[in-house]
Amino acid sequence: MAGLVVTVTSGKGGVGKTTAVANLGAALAKQGNKVVCVDADIGLRNLDVVLGLENRIVYDLVDIVEGRCRLRQAMIRDKRMPELYLIPAAQTRDKSAVSPSDMVRVCEELRLEHDWILVDSPAGIERGFRNAIAPADIIVVITNPEIAAVRDADRIIGLIEAEEKGPALLIINRIKPDMVRRGDMLSADDVVELLAVELIGMIPEDQNIITSTNRGMPVTLDGHSKAGQAFTNISMRLQGREVPFMAMDNGDGFFNKLARMIRSGDS
Amino acid sequence: MNSFIDKLLGRDSRSANHAKERMKLVLINDRTDISSRDMENLKDELIAVISRYVEIDSSSVKIQMSHEGREQRLIADIPIAATRRRRVRQ
Repeated sequence: MAGLVVTVTSGKGGVGKTTAVANLGAALAKQGNKVVCVDADIGLRNLDVVLGLENRIVYDLVDIVEGRCRLRQAMIRDKRMPELYLIPAAQTRDKSAVSPSDMVRVCEELRLEHDWILVDSPAGIERGFRNAIAPADIIVVITNPEIAAVRDADRIIGLIEAEEKGPALLIINRIKPDMVRRGDMLSADDVVELLAVELIGMIPEDQNIITSTNRGMPVTLDGHSKAGQAFTNISMRLQGREVPFMAMDNGDGFFNKLARMIRSGDS
Repeated sequence: MNSFIDKLLGRDSRSANHAKERMKLVLINDRTDISSRDMENLKDELIAVISRYVEIDSSSVKIQMSHEGREQRLIADIPIAATRRRRVRQ
């Protein structure tokens, strides 16, 4: 078995990298894959809390790299899934504790026994980002439909190309369909046109993300939310399956249209 | 109501369009890393070099960045001065 390394990165912080890694990891594992999520955001770890595994950390990525533990010892198994593991980042160290070649070495070992290795990249374009993309077979850039996030995504995509790690795949997160409809938010088409990379998923803004993160339960596991479905679709596309993009707003029924017409009357 | 007035005055009230147009320009600049001053210098030097070989209409030389997908391309449009075109008599 030779697993694939997928790095999720963004340039700008707060656009949904960690949420994406947790949910893609859970979705892939739910479909029977052996998955490891690696938190490469050393010093600012969060994948552990998003996955609800924060109380079980003994060793971390830096312990592996510095030889204080074996790889297996730092892998926390998510008991809700048959084969989902987390390698947490160290919280009291910084990005310089790990090098790009350390990441390649760790991921080479993980590939042997797992189908998917998902790497959660830190924000920024410095060492932490270099560490995160070094082992990647596939780089997924996540952005929001707003100018600062799109600009940073473009910068990151350029750096990925310069490292010959491209072409990057794009996830557009936190789309607000009603704002797009009013012409007050960049549409997914706009963002794809600006960034000129292949789209692998669109995630609508969804309050379930906040509530499920509060509980430490990836939203893909509840099976109801739109965001969860969108992440599941991305996980299937990663596995080479053709899944049509879901409609961003379900407000296309007669009553919704009527309500919208009445509402737009005052504009 | 504001957007209604904007429509009456023929203004585009949709902020997404503003964002998109601004981003187009910002991204071209970010990707190429050539300042407008450098572009002017490049243009002057190109004119100087090419003028050594052919007479060109330097006032209508155009140099611009075009992009197709993520590829940037420098396009130079350099008209050759009409007066220098010689007809071959038979």
